[in-house]
Amino acid sequence: MAISKPKHPPLARNDARRERTNDLVLDIAGLNIVSSRQPDAPPLLKGLTLRLKRGEVLGLIGESGAGKSTLGLAALGYQRTGCRYDKGVVRFDDLILQHNDEAMLSSLRGVRMAYVAQSAAAAFNPAHRLGAQITEGARCHATFSRQEAKRRMVSLFRRFDLPEPDRFGDRFPHQASGGQLQRAMIVMAMLCEPQLIVFDEPTTALDVTTQIEVLATIKKNIRAQGSTSALYITHDLAVVAQVADRIMVLKDGMLVEENETSSLLTKPQRPYTKELLSVYQVQRPRGRGTKKGAGVLLRGEGLDAGYGGGTRILEGVRFDVSEHEILGVVGESGCGKSTLARVVTGLLPSREGSLWLGGEELPRRLKRRSKEQLRRVQLVSQIPDSALNPRQKIREALGRPLSYFFPQRRPAEREHRLNELLSSCELDLKVADAFPAELSGGQKQRVCIARALAAEPDIIVCDEITSALDRLIAKGIVELMLDLQKKLGMAYIFISHDLGLVRAISDDIMVMQGGRVLSYGAGSEIEKSKDAYTQKLLRSVPQMRVGWLDEVLQKRG
Amino acid sequence: MAVVRLLATRVFWGIVCLWIISVLIFSATELLPGDLASVVFGQAKTPEAVEALRKELGLDRPPQERYLEWLAAAARFDFGRSLATQRPISQLIGKRLQRTLLLALTTACMAVPLALLVGMLCTLWRDSTFDRAVNTAAVVVISPPEFFTGYFLAFFFAVKLGWFPAVMLTTPSMSFAEVVHAIFLPCVTLLFACFGHMMRLTRAALISVLEDPYIETARLKGLSSRRILLVHALPNAIAPIANVIVINLAYLVVGVIVVETVFNYPGLGKLMVDSISSRDIPVIQACSLIFATTYIVLNLTADLISLLANPKLRHAVAA
Amino acid sequence: MRSLRNTSKQVRLLWRSMSGFTRISVSVLFLILLILLVGPSFSPYNYSAPIGDVWEGISWQHPLGTDVLGRDMLTRIMKGGRLTVALAFLATSLGFLLGTFFGFLSALVGRWVDVLLSRIVEIIMAFPSLILALIVLALLDVSKGILVVIIAVLDSTRVYRLSRSLAQDIVVMPYVETARLRGEKLGWLMRREVLPNVLPPMLAEFGLRFGFAILFLSALSFLGLGIQPPEADWGSMVKENALSLPVALVPAAAIALTTICVNIIVDWLLARAARVRSAAPEV
Repeated sequence: MAISKPKHPPLARNDARRERTNDLVLDIAGLNIVSSRQPDAPPLLKGLTLRLKRGEVLGLIGESGAGKSTLGLAALGYQRTGCRYDKGVVRFDDLILQHNDEAMLSSLRGVRMAYVAQSAAAAFNPAHRLGAQITEGARCHATFSRQEAKRRMVSLFRRFDLPEPDRFGDRFPHQASGGQLQRAMIVMAMLCEPQLIVFDEPTTALDVTTQIEVLATIKKNIRAQGSTSALYITHDLAVVAQVADRIMVLKDGMLVEENETSSLLTKPQRPYTKELLSVYQVQRPRGRGTKKGAGVLLRGEGLDAGYGGGTRILEGVRFDVSEHEILGVVGESGCGKSTLARVVTGLLPSREGSLWLGGEELPRRLKRRSKEQLRRVQLVSQIPDSALNPRQKIREALGRPLSYFFPQRRPAEREHRLNELLSSCELDLKVADAFPAELSGGQKQRVCIARALAAEPDIIVCDEITSALDRLIAKGIVELMLDLQKKLGMAYIFISHDLGLVRAISDDIMVMQGGRVLSYGAGSEIEKSKDAYTQKLLRSVPQMRVGWLDEVLQKRG
Repeated sequence: MAVVRLLATRVFWGIVCLWIISVLIFSATELLPGDLASVVFGQAKTPEAVEALRKELGLDRPPQERYLEWLAAAARFDFGRSLATQRPISQLIGKRLQRTLLLALTTACMAVPLALLVGMLCTLWRDSTFDRAVNTAAVVVISPPEFFTGYFLAFFFAVKLGWFPAVMLTTPSMSFAEVVHAIFLPCVTLLFACFGHMMRLTRAALISVLEDPYIETARLKGLSSRRILLVHALPNAIAPIANVIVINLAYLVVGVIVVETVFNYPGLGKLMVDSISSRDIPVIQACSLIFATTYIVLNLTADLISLLANPKLRHAVAA
Repeated sequence: MRSLRNTSKQVRLLWRSMSGFTRISVSVLFLILLILLVGPSFSPYNYSAPIGDVWEGISWQHPLGTDVLGRDMLTRIMKGGRLTVALAFLATSLGFLLGTFFGFLSALVGRWVDVLLSRIVEIIMAFPSLILALIVLALLDVSKGILVVIIAVLDSTRVYRLSRSLAQDIVVMPYVETARLRGEKLGWLMRREVLPNVLPPMLAEFGLRFGFAILFLSALSFLGLGIQPPEADWGSMVKENALSLPVALVPAAAIALTTICVNIIVDWLLARAARVRSAAPEV
């Protein structure tokens, strides 16, 4: 493996440079990482330079493909399969990391440097108890005795508010919740008091109310250990603003901008950074105006539903959607919001209750609904990658609903309509002859929207349509939806976990938990809701300003 | 508890399968009693003789009664008499079953550890020349029919080189080494047929586990490759590997039929094939019942092992 | 013209994506099939007529010697191979038709259809297939039709399991749900939404099952329950000549060569399919 020769043996201290390196835990210079499978592809990291001081928290931010995780792992001398070290120097404390010296890297990892993965649920081995896994690094490297490792683990459990700290380590990973596992993973990283911890999207997989707990844990403890420094990787600027001293913005493996956190938020220099900051400001164009009391288009009453003979996932849900209205449905994973989408569309027949579409009752089962009823209610789902048949060209994906719902139209008319649909969703007409795999995630989601529009529906159920997309692209999709609504005037049920987004675009908001509706009304009414969970949810939405987390924690006391 | 219920369901289904198969095998005699008589008497069949045989076989009584009787007798290892030789079938079978088990178990003792070892080495040295060579060799070795491998080995090692006997007879007075020497070629033939599968599936199971995120966690904890493979990968690969092993054992028990014919080895498989050509239906019934039971019990074991090896089921206590 | 050029370009791309071993296997298999197809018309001998001494060695007149009744081995190998390959292909195709249809049906309809079909398949699979075939063949008069049906039915259970599990992953995909939401019928869902997406692993499975069918048919014939004289297939030729080892090895080697080539190609297909999506491992 090509590696620039260090001037000194890796383990020897370099006294002349010691002063400079002493206050730097991590010093990366000119790092290139390339794809090992496609040698011609652009490098994953291009000449990246990074310096991390002792006790400092550096935020790395960027969208998918920016190379944040690759950089974070490279700081630990690790490359995933498919990535190859090309050139550059990674200096950790007083050592130069040798990318092929597994023995040297092993002796550092888990002791002097540690990693917190995005999904702790997958990152813990299902076959072993949590305690054994958490203390394994310390035991194998003989940092502490078994008893000492256990004692430290328990005291960290206690500090991190994990349940039954003395016995939590006896649990298997599947016996703990996602938020608990994420905290346990941080315990594992902190156990040996490393000099460097890499946090790789540690809260991304969590719900907002859980995220705030984990964030609080990180914020409180990251500096408690004095000399520990951290790289905090995330795509969410609002989150990183709460914990980082300094932020580096990455794009396509290169540095865009680097600054102190507060300066970066208030005075961004580069257009890309400004764009990233703008994703929190979605505005709904005021067009036709949503008249309250306009005809009720879709009404649900006392909806109960569940899978198989299992427990109820929806309990007594009722809602009204008027014409041209946007109903926002918000809640955390497992609250039943996606089940609601399935019940409305008929994919899951409700057990109790009724659905009314423009005055006529909608049959519960999909099979019983008429073609006209099916046409009027359309669904756009969460993951655009799986929402399009990979073996059908876009022309077929859009053409089928056109010929299916409007068989009387002539082929030329359909072709014209197809082009109209593509352009109304801001897609190039050439897209029609592409397979889904040739499109980006954002383009695919636009095709899905176009497919829903092809049926000329009265209402579109949008089930988390932005959550699988990068923030910038998601913003474009939301703006497109709002724009289309203004032009075409259909109603939306907009389901999302993102309360901030829902509040910005909806007429009415419905907050759900455990299959029930906790509060329902216009945004201003929701804010005044007496429901404790609704208030907690409102508090937990990260805000793009320094000190938001401190304020929330202070309020809680 | 969830795990007990799952185990019980699985065992229940195993029993149902066994029952259905016993009915199927029993009804074999029901299908063609006329044929049975014509086989026994050949051209010289007279209505009286056929009637006498029907009486002797008890065919004049209702079938459900005879089924229960037959099942009860079979449970005591009493299968009645052979039509061809008139000897009790349990006598015919006893010795041969032992020989067949000897063959299958000796093969298993060679194949299982070898397959696990080679599978693990291939995983450790993934995509190396060794790995690729072993994989290609495995495909080449499992593809041909057992009789090709058997005759091929017999031709070179027994006929040309004379290292091993071509006729495989074991006697009680032989020492263990002599027995192994005598049955070496059929064992190797069986080994060839099942080793490749076990090795490749062991490798596939380990590799799929090694791609799990917790392996990356282990690496980033600075653990050694050996520890990662043995402590973190292996426990999660036990279920699929155990499954592969047991299913291959089940295959061995059935695979002996062809191999015994190739080497003229007087085991249960050879007995069954001979009985089929002489249409000795009670013997066919007895042999197929034994083979099918072994096969079903082994497959059931495989399922139970995979259920038990799943930590989520083993420790299904509410968190 | 253009489609022709496209096809030849795709063939060239496929060829380039193969390893050396795979290329050799494809060539050899192609050669075997060609010989089986046209070979017998070039042979001067009748496959069923004795024309020389018993077990004559290799000579210019008889490149593979003669068999137990003094018939020309090469002619018989070509004739027998036709039968083996044709029956195996028929049985596999029939098994695939059955297995795929019911597998997709199970996955798409679910509920009691799935439970019922899966239970039936489970019971058939609980039986060791060789034993089941032996019992059936011991009771019935052996004919080619019955052989094909037995192999097809036994094969279809494994095809059912694979196609069902592959289709189960597909039917929960939002694009299938979208088609359901449109009110598409079962036939459309099977043909247009599910089938194209499971094709690569199913193709590999077809090769695998074809190899198994050749082995299974040969094993039955070898045990005396498959093709009956005067007709011959590779398996029964091994049985006929079992008393003279190098001669019996000739038809056995023909089977071995064919199945080795088939399995190496299957391996390559599986690796390709795994890149699309991982296929269920086959035992």
